[in-house]
Amino acid sequence: MALEYLPDTDLSSKPLLCARGLYCERDDRVLFKDLNFDLSSGQIVRLAGPNGAGKSSLMRILLGLSASYEGALYWHEQDMARALYDFRSDLLYIGHDVGVKSNLTPEENLAWSCPNVTKQDIYGALKRVGLSGFEDLLTHGLSAGQQRRVALARLFLSSKELENKSLWILDEPFTAIDKHGVADLEQVIVNHAQQGGLVILTTHHDLSVPVKTIMLGQTQKASL
Amino acid sequence: MNGSMKALFKRDMLLAFRSRGDLLNPLMFFLMVASLFPLAVSPDPLFLGQIAPGVIWVGALLATLLSLDLLFKSDFEDGSLEQMLLMPQPTLLMVIVKVLVHWLVAGLPLAFIAPLLGLMLGLPSGGFAPLMATLLLATPILSLLGAIGAGLTVGLRKGGMLMPLLILPLYIPVLIFASSAVQAGVLGNSYVGHMAFLGAYLALTLVVAPVATASALRISIAR
Repeated sequence: MALEYLPDTDLSSKPLLCARGLYCERDDRVLFKDLNFDLSSGQIVRLAGPNGAGKSSLMRILLGLSASYEGALYWHEQDMARALYDFRSDLLYIGHDVGVKSNLTPEENLAWSCPNVTKQDIYGALKRVGLSGFEDLLTHGLSAGQQRRVALARLFLSSKELENKSLWILDEPFTAIDKHGVADLEQVIVNHAQQGGLVILTTHHDLSVPVKTIMLGQTQKASL
Repeated sequence: MNGSMKALFKRDMLLAFRSRGDLLNPLMFFLMVASLFPLAVSPDPLFLGQIAPGVIWVGALLATLLSLDLLFKSDFEDGSLEQMLLMPQPTLLMVIVKVLVHWLVAGLPLAFIAPLLGLMLGLPSGGFAPLMATLLLATPILSLLGAIGAGLTVGLRKGGMLMPLLILPLYIPVLIFASSAVQAGVLGNSYVGHMAFLGAYLALTLVVAPVATASALRISIAR
């Protein structure tokens, strides 16, 4: 897959997230080595590669959940270890396991993960993901796709006025989402980038907008 | 900062009360231990009164061990734990909130039904006050220490037997001092010294255990 760059990337702006010389191995297999990238606001970045190429590993390294790597990470040009509080304040992560509790209602699920927003905001976000009318039902009655939508409602709560999260890290956000929902979700992601956010995602779905791709995999040496 | 911890507290309390079965299991276990002893050992009230402090405390300790699995397991399995570790607030605070909830729903009820068990086992009247006092003071220790074990084993698929092995040695001082405090109360002696030890142990675990648990969780989640 060729490398694509967002045409409107502002080269003068300082990078938000930098990686220098990242190296990671798993079970004696080198997943990637000497991986360098600069990600700035306004970009949509896709981690791509075949299964087992290390997309999830790289994501967990970026999140700070995994320490089994070498190299350096910088957030706002500050060493990640020092900038951890700022980084996590700016971070919205939706993982493969979305952390939606089946014994809570969608509203209660969002209330703890987004503590700074009002009930009205939560109802508004749930409406945006097509869950109005389900706010007060226990989540275990909802379908798999609807449960994922509960987590995705957090995207709508992360805007500047509400939670103010500029960095989105999304692991396979389109899983179990219907066609219409996928289009909506894409739009939300594009809007976030246009408003100066940074989106890092993995997906096997082809996005209709140009994205920057970080290619992982043994055949093509980690390249950018 | 306060907001997100309050929200987490509210969520965990809600979850605890929505799954009442999990909540009642340790209490039922506690009750069963106490009610089976007279049948198996001897119905003689005098003899039962002598072993009551030990029986009740062993029961409380094992009941707490049973309930520790609830602490992080389900959050680990559905990805909520990752979200909690990614909160900007120190993991330490998250651990304290979760341990507090665990104590409120699993430790505190033990202290409140213990007098009933004391009656069932014919505990002499001098033992009730120290029984309540030791349970109130020492069940937080059990929750705090248990959290370290739960944090270390949360990522293991077959961690069932490992956690008690890790935690029981740390529980032994609690067991010894708490049950002998009740014995002392039964005999009409002062149990201030025992309570002072338990208080000191609580202070120590309060400082050390949340830090240790936070590191344990970070190791578990890093795989």
